[in-house]
Formats: sequence, C-alpha cells, structure tokens
Amino acid sequence: MSIESTTPRLDDLVVGAVVAEAGFPLTRDSLVRYAGASGDFNPIHYRDDVAVSVGLPGVLAHGMLTMGLAVQPVVDWAGDPGRIVDYQVRFTRPVLVDPAAGAVVTVVAKVGAIDADAGIARIDLTVSFNEVTVLGKAQVRVRLADSPLSDA
Amino acid sequence: MSVNPELQGRVFPPVAPYLVGREKVREFSRAVFATNPINHDPEAARRAGYADVVAPPTFAVVVQEATLAQLLAEPDAGIDFSRVVHGDQRFSFSRPIVAGDELTATLTVASVKSLGGHSMVTAESRVVDAAGAHVVTATSTLVVRGDE
Repeated sequence: MSIESTTPRLDDLVVGAVVAEAGFPLTRDSLVRYAGASGDFNPIHYRDDVAVSVGLPGVLAHGMLTMGLAVQPVVDWAGDPGRIVDYQVRFTRPVLVDPAAGAVVTVVAKVGAIDADAGIARIDLTVSFNEVTVLGKAQVRVRLADSPLSDA
Repeated sequence: MSVNPELQGRVFPPVAPYLVGREKVREFSRAVFATNPINHDPEAARRAGYADVVAPPTFAVVVQEATLAQLLAEPDAGIDFSRVVHGDQRFSFSRPIVAGDELTATLTVASVKSLGGHSMVTAESRVVDAAGAHVVTATSTLVVRGDE
C-alpha cells in the first residue's frame, strides 16, 4: 500500500456494496497488549480462573478491542483515520480467546447509506467470531468530501 | 442496591487534563491493529494536514475512562461495578485526536432507565481541547444487572 492513499469518492459508492473485508487473529498476547495500551486491566481479559469464577466460559477479548480493530478496514479504505466522524457499536456477544488457538474476528464493511449533502457515507460493519456476530448496529460515519484537512 | 434514578442529568466536575503523547498513540494503534501511516509516522500525518500522529477513533475511550471512574465512585450512584456490563459505545467527533492535544473530559448522565430488573445508565463524556473547542463526545451505555 502506498503511503498517500486515494480517498474514495462518494459518487462511486453503491449502497450494499462491500468496501472492505478483513480477519484479525487474536491471541492472549493481543489481549495483554490491549490491556496495557488502554489501561483496562480487568482480569477477565487475561486470567482464566477469574473469568470462570464470575461464570464466564473463559478469557474474553475486551469489547473495546473488538470495536477498535473492527473499524480499521474502514480507516484503510478511507485512507485517513481523521475521516471517521462517528462510530457506534452494541456489544452483543463475547469473543472467547482460547489460550492456545486464539480467536479470529472477521469484519465485512458495506455501504449502509450515503448523505451526499453532508459528504458522509455510513458504513455498516458485520463483525463475527465463530460465524456469529459479536457487535450489533456497528456503524461508521466517514467524511469523504469537503474535509478541510484534505485536498481530496 | 439499585441505580439511583436521581443520577439522570447530573454533571460531574471536569477530570484532570489528559496530554496525548505520540508514543501512546503508536502503542494504542498497535494494540488495535491500526496500520495506517497517519497513526504512526509524524511525517505522513503532516503530509495529510495534521500537526502530529492521529489517534485511532477508539483511543477516545482512554480519555473517557477517568470520567467513568468518577461515575462508578459516586457515593450515591448505587452502581455495583461487579454487575456492570458494557452495552453500547459511541464516539462522535468534531475532529480527530492528535498527539500533543491536551484534552479535558466532562461527564453528564444522559439517562437512567429500568428494564426488566436491570438498569441502563447512559453516560456522555464531552471532550474539549486546551482552547475549549469540542473534539469528541464519548457515550457509553452501562447495563447494571439487578439482583438474581
């Protein structure tokens, strides 16, 4: 990928079209790294004994880690993290991270709606683990036009 | 103990300013699999029109966190942390967070609702820069499970 990315044009978008897809292999290392980077040291994200003691099947990924990685394919498609103007999710199911096998979170990003006047595209994410979705109403609003920070 | 309905509308004092460091942005970027050069390379960020590296969208949670700690510690809130589940999260930006920003967050309890024995608390943390201009509002809905 070149460093200077080309910004997608609103005119070229079609509602329902897939704009990005990616898979993210998570390991326990990923969870420890996120704990340190975010400051969220809840032990259910790295200790099996604690997770089991509160009724969970095992160590879970931080919901905010899943939210954080799920937007990255859209950032890369848009070419600039500063183009993300709004991002929301609902946490619906956990991502269980096996100590040996890890877990793979998959993301499919489709055009959900186009607001030509505002220069904003709504991209809807389908985020899955083991073939079931783990985030609900995962929507990213991306400014593709009239950005004062870009000459696109 | 249940969540105090009088929390609704309460505005907390601003938390201490958070200075966004370049290496923290890079560290957080690696943790969320953000590989865009604008997240990591100051030169790439400058070419894109920013003063320094740009934080991934969900970095705002790091700034928001101190306000949620304030809410959970509020003596009359009645929020038992061991029963809290993160339900929804939203970030609405006026502009992205950039290394060098000094950010101040202020939490308002937007709503407290009861639903089938559970409580749902929606907390809005408004984040402004050193000039007082809005950067991002981080909204969390916390589900507090009732007694079993």
